[in-house]
Amino acid sequence: MHRVAIQTADFDLSAEVAALRAGDGGVGAIASFVGTVRDRNDGSAIGGMELEHYPGMTERAIEAMIDEAGRRFDIRAARVVHRIGPLRPGDQIVLVAVASAHRGQAFQACEFLMDYLKTQAPFWKKETTPEGARWVDARVADDAALARWGISAGNA
Amino acid sequence: MRVQVRYFAALREALGPAEAVELAEGSTLGALRDALLARGGRHAEVLARGRAVRCALDQTMSDESATLRDGAEVAFFPPVTGG
Repeated sequence: MHRVAIQTADFDLSAEVAALRAGDGGVGAIASFVGTVRDRNDGSAIGGMELEHYPGMTERAIEAMIDEAGRRFDIRAARVVHRIGPLRPGDQIVLVAVASAHRGQAFQACEFLMDYLKTQAPFWKKETTPEGARWVDARVADDAALARWGISAGNA
Repeated sequence: MRVQVRYFAALREALGPAEAVELAEGSTLGALRDALLARGGRHAEVLARGRAVRCALDQTMSDESATLRDGAEVAFFPPVTGG
């Protein structure tokens, strides 16, 4: 199974996790994170959003993040799925799933990958609000989240 | 030398998706940004120093000190907001 998928289609958490652990009897823990589209942001109702990315760089960047997670944590497999294109409130946007022998490393690697992805993977969200469409601003809190792992983000 | 410049998100909306730029051999990524700023107009507006603009060289996050080579792919874009 490929470790990274960038796709317009939705994903199925159960199917992704089943594929991630298939054939590996050493897996004792799966940690997963699913990000979804909220119906409000910064005080405005969100009608939908469009997700743009940098084809090629996106996949390379996330592959490098998974390599780094593998150096830092004792994990057996990882999978990242990120959707692009038009999305509606309630839709799933992103999946990070990590398999490990024990829960501690799985939890940590999952959070590490998500923190890394938020500030280093080339995606951009454009929201539709009653006041018109607007590009979402990067959050300093996301840089701070990555800094906890000893990595300077320099994004927001 | 000639480099390919790509823009994303709000920068793409202002400048289009891509353009080729001629530069002196050994130019840095910062020198490329200077050359684009010198054109004035929308380039000067959206690439202005002080605006939050991030860049990549050959599809890896980079900074303006990086040296470019002929055929390089440079991208300018706003801070990323995925996840």
